Order: sequence, then C-alpha cells, then structure tokens
Amino acid sequence: MNENCAIEVHNLTTTYGGAPVLWDVDFDLPAGKIIGVIGPNGSGKTTLLKTIMGLLEPSSGYVKIFNQDLSKMREKIAYVPQRESVDWDFPASVFDVVMMGRYRKGNLFKRTNNTDIEIVEECIEKVGLTEFRNRQIAQLSGGQQQRVFIARALAQKADIYLMDEPFVGVDAATENSILSLLEEMRNTGKTVLIIHHDLQTVSDYFDYLVLLNTRLIAKGTPQDVLTEENLSNAYGGQLTLLAKVANLIKENQFPIREKDVDL
Amino acid sequence: MSDFWIILTASIVAINAGLLGCFLLLRKMAMVGDAISHAVLPGIVVAYYFSGDKTSGLLLLGATLTGVLAAFLIDFLSRKAKIQGDASIGITYTLLFAVGMIMISSWMQGNVDIDMECVLYGDIATIHMDKIIVDDNLYLGPRAFYVEIIAFAIIGLSLFFGFKGFKLLAFNIDYARSLGINTGKWHYALMTLVSLTTVVAFEVVGAVLVVGFLIIPPATAQLVSTKLREMLLFTCLFGISAVISGYYLAVWLNVSITGSMVMVSGIIFFAVLIFQRIRNSSKQKIEFTEELTQYDQANK
Repeated sequence: MNENCAIEVHNLTTTYGGAPVLWDVDFDLPAGKIIGVIGPNGSGKTTLLKTIMGLLEPSSGYVKIFNQDLSKMREKIAYVPQRESVDWDFPASVFDVVMMGRYRKGNLFKRTNNTDIEIVEECIEKVGLTEFRNRQIAQLSGGQQQRVFIARALAQKADIYLMDEPFVGVDAATENSILSLLEEMRNTGKTVLIIHHDLQTVSDYFDYLVLLNTRLIAKGTPQDVLTEENLSNAYGGQLTLLAKVANLIKENQFPIREKDVDL
Repeated sequence: MSDFWIILTASIVAINAGLLGCFLLLRKMAMVGDAISHAVLPGIVVAYYFSGDKTSGLLLLGATLTGVLAAFLIDFLSRKAKIQGDASIGITYTLLFAVGMIMISSWMQGNVDIDMECVLYGDIATIHMDKIIVDDNLYLGPRAFYVEIIAFAIIGLSLFFGFKGFKLLAFNIDYARSLGINTGKWHYALMTLVSLTTVVAFEVVGAVLVVGFLIIPPATAQLVSTKLREMLLFTCLFGISAVISGYYLAVWLNVSITGSMVMVSGIIFFAVLIFQRIRNSSKQKIEFTEELTQYDQANK
C-alpha cells in the first residue's frame, strides 16, 4: 500500500433505490494535491463524496482514509456540502456557522473555549469575511455564503477537505481567492478533493483528476485524463454541444457566472 | 385567583411548546409536531385505563412513548418504505388518533375525566379543580401547573446542555453526520421532548391547539431574529403575550380561552409579518436612493 495515499476507494458500489449510482469505482488519491472530480450531471460525483464521508452506505467495497477506517479518521477530514443543501434563512451569524467547524462528537456538551474562538476568527479572516462576522447568513451574497462554508471547514483543522461544487454561484474574483486559498492549503500538505463542473478551468485548477460517469472513466494528471477519448466516454454526445457553447461564450465574452456583489 | 393560575400555566405551556417548536420549524418538521400531538392519544387512553388517574407518571411516560413511536413510524415510512414525507405523516397520525378515538368510545364511555371534547380542546378553564393542597388548607395551585413546571425543567435543561447539538442538527444534518455525530440519537431526543410537551399540554390546551403553541410563536420569532438564542427568547415573549391577551379577550367576549389564545397568536404573527414587509421595503427604498446619490456624485 502506498504511503502517500490520502483516500483509497476500493471497488465501491453505491445504489440509490435499487439503481447503481456508483459502480465498482476503484482508485487511490495522492496526499498533498488539489484533486478534481469531474463528470456529467447524475454521474455520481456527490454520491462519491457522501460515500467517502460515510453519509451513504456503500452496497459493496470500502473507503480508507490514510489506510484507516473512516471512524478513526473523522477529525482529519472536513466536508463542505453543496451551498444549496442548507437553508440560509437560519437565524445564525457568520461567526456562529464557522464555530460549528469546532464542534466535535466529544465536545457537544461543553462550552466553546478561547482557542476555538481564536481559530474561528482566524478562519473568518482567511476567507476575507471579518467585516461580516456578525452578519446574519441570510444577508450574504452567494459567494460570501460559500466562503462561510469554506471557513467552517478550515476551522476543523483537518488534513483532507472534501468540497461539493464550491465554485457554483461564485463570482470570478471570489473563485480566484478561493483557489489561492486552496493552493496555500495544498502547499502546507493538505489534500483537497473538489467536485467541479466547469471543464474549461479544470486543467488550470487541479493537480490530479478523477473522471466519473457511474463507473470510473479515468484518473491521473489532467494531461492524461483530458483526452478526447476519455471525455467522450464520460460525456458521450453532450460534450460536442458543451464545447460549442463554451467556445461561443469565449468568443463573445458573455459572462458565464452569476453576478455576485459584495453587499 | 384562578385567572392568575390559568395565565401562568398557559404561559408555561407556551414556553415549553415554543422552545421545541423553534427546532421543529428550523428542521422543516412543523407537521411532525402536529402528528405527534395527535398520535399520543392512544398512549394517554391506555395509560389512563390502567392507572385510572389523569396525571400519573405512568400516563405521562406511556403517552410520551406513543409520540416517539409515531416519530419512528414516520421516519420508517418515509425512509425505508419510500413513502413521500407528508403522506407518511398523514398515515401515521390519523391511524394512531383513530385507534385512540375507538379506545375512548369503547372503554371510557360515560367517564367524566376523559372524553373527545377534552382531548381536542383541553380544559384550561377547569384546571383549578384539580389542585394541590398541603396540610388541608394551604393551596399551592393547580396540579397541571406543577406538571408543566416539571416538563419545563426537563426541556430547559435538555436544550441548555444540548444546545450545540440541536442547533447543528437543525442547520445542517449532513454536516453533523460527517463529524461522526449520531444524528439519530439527537433526532429522537428532540422527538421525545416534543412528545412530552404535547402530552403534558393536551390536558390544558388540547391536542389540536397545542400545535398553534408549537408553531405560531416560533414562526413569528423567526421573522425578527438573526440569532438562534434571539429566536428562542422572542418565541417565549410572543407566546406569553398571546396567552395573556388571549385570556382577557376570551373573558371579555365569553368565548373559548385556548381558542382565543391561539387566535391572538395568529394575529400577532400577521401583524409582525406585515410590519416586517413594510420596514424592509422602506429600507430597500432608502438604500436604493443612497446608491443613486452615490452614483450621481461619482459621475459629477
């Protein structure tokens, strides 16, 4: 077994209501890299993340984190769910949500201490939300909400970060600042696994790629994975259409992203 | 004197129900509260049948367990049997409520203490008839008040010590599970507390209107709160205001006390909602004018 393996996924099959969403997926992911998970809609990307996190029970196969069972490694692994998965009208401030990153199975009944508060303040600052720390989360823009989630994961002080579409609904400036934060994390030896849907930016962002469509299509460096054969295996007929649209957008300089203003 | 005790007892009902209602509301489970409040009926009847006493510990325990059973059934139907959520709620509570109704009509015929009327609407005006008296003459208040106080102590302590857990569960249950937290345990802890609240409140306000105490004050509080603690506090304030003004309205108009309390609660909700809308739209107008002036100045 490779010493440098952060996440080992072994012959993993996950079904939802009888139909397989992941079928016999098998790979080892290197530590200290920014890793992208790509694939068409419904290809099982979120399911893969949830199965790694133990939120879904696999029908067969297993996942190991640094060669250990997940139950022993919970504190080493941080999860950033999709932004849409929670109700942002919840009565809580930025500080409150980031503080949840300090919650542990063992400290739920204890009060938060000063170290926790310091870590939370530091993480809020890292994502550039210090001036919004007391603002209710409902009154943030999409990009700011995403940064709250990232700050919460940072506050967990984990070694592996699993992020489900952190760039959705985020403006270009925020996307860049998130990316440089991720690079900074990688340079200190953290492993970051990200579900991504924008094929244009894939080769710029990631050191390593997993291409998925229920089955594992390809894995490796972006040059190895992003071949025409692999992509057409994963995306089938959709890709030509996607590529055409992407080219059109590039040529005409249409904004691709949701407009995002700091309030 | 009975005025005072009725208002005090109803206020504690409002606080108990409201505090738990906040968490139900934030978890989008308001209707589960409704379901539990109806589903405890067979538990109450069975326990009453065996103990013959409306306020015995056995009754409270038995009925509370029926509520938890209802929560479990709902969970089972929606997750394991893949019945859609609102349908599993409908199936579970009407079934259990019907069982309770049949029990009352067959076992409890002619019984003065428990009948459908009391189950549905409660007996708040007569709570002082069942009182606690020590040394033959020292009147300590109605029994229902003490039952509510004990429930309040249990709920208050659970929420105080479990605040982080209940909050995390309400905001982001998947994230809680990713931390390795046993969310099932927290879920059933909340369901047990809700069940306990509806059981102790049913005698006072009835199975139907307890839902008003469970949902309306928290929904009102959520409109004006930016923090969870604030929401809990406002819930208590809105609940108590509804109890006090509802009581005097009922006395003045000579109508149902509980009905009047819940009606006032609903009126407060709409008043706050409308006030909030007006304030927000005028705030937006001001912000917009400010932006415009800034824009104008920048372009000069």
